[in-house]
Amino acid sequence: MPPGAPPLLSARGVTKFYDAIPGCRDVSFDIWPGEVLGIVGESGSGKTTMLNCISARLEPTSGTVEYATRHDGPADIYRMSEPVRRLLMRTDWGFVHQNPQEGLRMGVSAGANIGERLMAVGARHYGNIREAAADWLDKVEMDTGRMDDLPFTFSGGMQQRLQIARNLVTAPRIVFMDEPTGGLDVSVQARLLDLLRGLVADLGLAAVIVTHDLAVARLLSHRLLVMRRGKVVESGLTDQVLDDPEHPYSQLLVSSVLHP
Amino acid sequence: MYVAVKGGEKAIEASHRLLDAVRRGDPSVPEISTRQISEQLGLAVDRAMAEGSLYDRELAALAIKQARGDIIEAVFLLRAYRTTLPRLGNSEPVDTGRMTIRRRISATFKDIPGGQILGPTYDYTHRLLDFRLAGEGEAGGEGSVPEERTDPPSDEPMPRVADLLGREGLMEEDEDPVADEGPPTDITREPLRFPADRDARLQALARGDEGFLLALGYSTQRGFSNTHPFAGEIRYGAVAVEIVPEELGFPVEIGEIEVTEVEMVNQFKGSASAPPQFTRGYGLVFGHQERKAMSMALVDRALRAAELDEAAASPAQDEEFVLYHSDNVEASGFVQHLKLPHYVDFQSELELLRKLRAELEDAPAEAAE
Amino acid sequence: MTEDGYNFAYLDEQTKRMIRRAILKAVAIPGYQVPFGSREMPLPYGWGTGGIQVTASIIGRDDTLKVIDQGADDTVNAVSIRKFFARTAGVATTERTEDATIVQTRHRIPETPLAAGQILVYQVPIPEPLRWLEPREAETRKMHALEEYGAMHVRLYEDIARFGHIATSYDYPVRVNGRYLARPSPIPKFDNPKMDRLPALQLFGAGREKRIYAIPPHTEVRSLDFDDHPFEVQTWDEACAFCGAADSFLDEIVTDDRGGRLFVCSDTDYCGKRRAAGHTGSATRDPERGGA
Repeated sequence: MPPGAPPLLSARGVTKFYDAIPGCRDVSFDIWPGEVLGIVGESGSGKTTMLNCISARLEPTSGTVEYATRHDGPADIYRMSEPVRRLLMRTDWGFVHQNPQEGLRMGVSAGANIGERLMAVGARHYGNIREAAADWLDKVEMDTGRMDDLPFTFSGGMQQRLQIARNLVTAPRIVFMDEPTGGLDVSVQARLLDLLRGLVADLGLAAVIVTHDLAVARLLSHRLLVMRRGKVVESGLTDQVLDDPEHPYSQLLVSSVLHP
Repeated sequence: MYVAVKGGEKAIEASHRLLDAVRRGDPSVPEISTRQISEQLGLAVDRAMAEGSLYDRELAALAIKQARGDIIEAVFLLRAYRTTLPRLGNSEPVDTGRMTIRRRISATFKDIPGGQILGPTYDYTHRLLDFRLAGEGEAGGEGSVPEERTDPPSDEPMPRVADLLGREGLMEEDEDPVADEGPPTDITREPLRFPADRDARLQALARGDEGFLLALGYSTQRGFSNTHPFAGEIRYGAVAVEIVPEELGFPVEIGEIEVTEVEMVNQFKGSASAPPQFTRGYGLVFGHQERKAMSMALVDRALRAAELDEAAASPAQDEEFVLYHSDNVEASGFVQHLKLPHYVDFQSELELLRKLRAELEDAPAEAAE
Repeated sequence: MTEDGYNFAYLDEQTKRMIRRAILKAVAIPGYQVPFGSREMPLPYGWGTGGIQVTASIIGRDDTLKVIDQGADDTVNAVSIRKFFARTAGVATTERTEDATIVQTRHRIPETPLAAGQILVYQVPIPEPLRWLEPREAETRKMHALEEYGAMHVRLYEDIARFGHIATSYDYPVRVNGRYLARPSPIPKFDNPKMDRLPALQLFGAGREKRIYAIPPHTEVRSLDFDDHPFEVQTWDEACAFCGAADSFLDEIVTDDRGGRLFVCSDTDYCGKRRAAGHTGSATRDPERGGA
């Protein structure tokens, strides 16, 4: 990260309650352009709640989330006007769901899924939209001949690639991913992880990746936050956290994973 | 030469004449009077009044007669009449605490101040057809017309069960109707807007279709949103309707209506801003309609999910889904409008389908080349 | 001759004023759906209650009303609505498009071009063009406010990808005055070009959905399309079997169970006028052939 450059996204004291039960509590961190931040912890630790809070999908009970907009500098995402926020969400940001069916429009073809964001920002030339869709299918290593097929005809791994392509077509600056490789076979996971690592590096994307899988975290992320019961118990460089965990919970988490 | 179908006007007139004849049925059977309907089919009248949003037993009986017992059609007739009536003013909120009680039960406390009053209910009857009613005249002939043999209806003020809990601080505060600014929303005068205020929601539910609300209420009990309801209190009886004429400046009673009121007591674990306490689901319906009032109370509570910061994922918690689809006159009209001619749209679809099929038939030939 | 006990044109004057205010707002913001306090009408929802309320609010004693359904004056619902106004307002009615001051329609725009001073009232079942994408009203209102219309093109994209052309044949979405996306009601897309810069005022009433919208005279109305797949209307190989018209929307009439069919004008007034002027079609030229 360039020294002195402002962070792309800053979370400060982000807290969300459901009824009286805290989903996440007092989470603070920064993320810089091109940086990949992993969030690890067991299920129920508040990872997904936190991810939703920082990606403008769930307003926190308290705390702030600031994003460095292209033209107006840092702005609180819950204070900016709704049109601005919605525009950000479909241009500058991407969101990859664990279940690709939540992130795809299942009733329309692969090409339309990729083209949707382009049409949303004004593309009105069918040929050009198709060209961009083919280009992105290629980038996520899918068969361009299947551009007109519906998502349900694809395997889970291919659906996930399609969801990623659909998010990246507008060249976002940051992508939020919720267990992007969860629910996939191990061999499929490995290939998808390779692809993700390549894309993130090539495009200089910042990413926040929630995962319960420490191997995924190690492979993709530069820095890690370890969450437990809604709170961040440890944070640091990925290797440092995984190889030399300080917090007893991190130690437990790391030791419970069999190293290959 | 082919002649396209003509004479819609004559056909309509003939259909109306036929309808009159079918409605009357066999002329050798005496005609039913609206008075008989309002006296002996009282629950049908209650339902037509509630969903028709018009408290008038005679008109409701007339509508039921004209509709040949089709309650939704009767509701439609009442609504179309109601809409032409001038709006003279808004009544004061009715005070159900001062209801002249005919029935009042609570499932939450064995005994309550004022007592449990069973009143007229089917609840504990055995549902065996009473063939004595099939004969001419009442069971056992003219001499044994059943009489109402109970204590006269009670008009002692009876505290509501929910208020008893409220005194202990265990029940959420009731909304203060006076604090609400301006007259209550009237969805028959202004369109629903979303998110809807609770007064608009309650009005929509009160005139909503009983079957729809019953199914939705039932769904909340089967896990599609769980609100852990208890029937805090069900009361049925007569309440006074009062208005405040501008020239007088004090309330004047203009009549009495019968209503059924239900307050459901629901568990609530508390939120970031409120301690654990009971919450209310409210139902109020014209006439004696416990099934409807209870369903309404269940759905009302389910719809408060957002207000109470609860996760809302079930149909009964979805305000737009519930309120847009609960009106049976709207639903019935739109479903049945499919009977109207759609020649033009269908022709467009037909053309398109033929074009697509023609293209499909040409396609393999191209592929073979 | 009006029905006793009811106000002129059924609705009370206060309600009419409320509806006229909604209409004025609709005219001021072309294509924007104005919520209004739709009344319970003595006709069922889905059968034209929105159009009837609009007509009832603007009609005066000197007006001449034409009512069509599917283009025809004599279909049962058109007859029923015309009769409603004859009973409640006692106004003159006509089947001749050029003689009408108000034309209430379901599913068609007359073939005879409408002129300045005339008003076309559409009956609208579902006013929201974004409804197929998004069932929630709170969300679609937001999408309109923010002009988030891109996803509408996904549907058209999908048609082209699958069929090679846009396969929406009626209720084809339009952009009004370069701003609001609107549904033209279920008219065939054949009629869409007639909406563009029409000298007559176009009013849309949706009773059950409680919305009114409008297209003022001479307003631009564009049907959605792609730069490389422009909007097109239906064409027929046949001409009208009665009047020989080759420029009108044709209904198909099945004449027997052996595949016999005729194509005739959906607009009965247009067809009748052409025949009165001496035009003939295949069925009227050669009576021997009958309906084959």
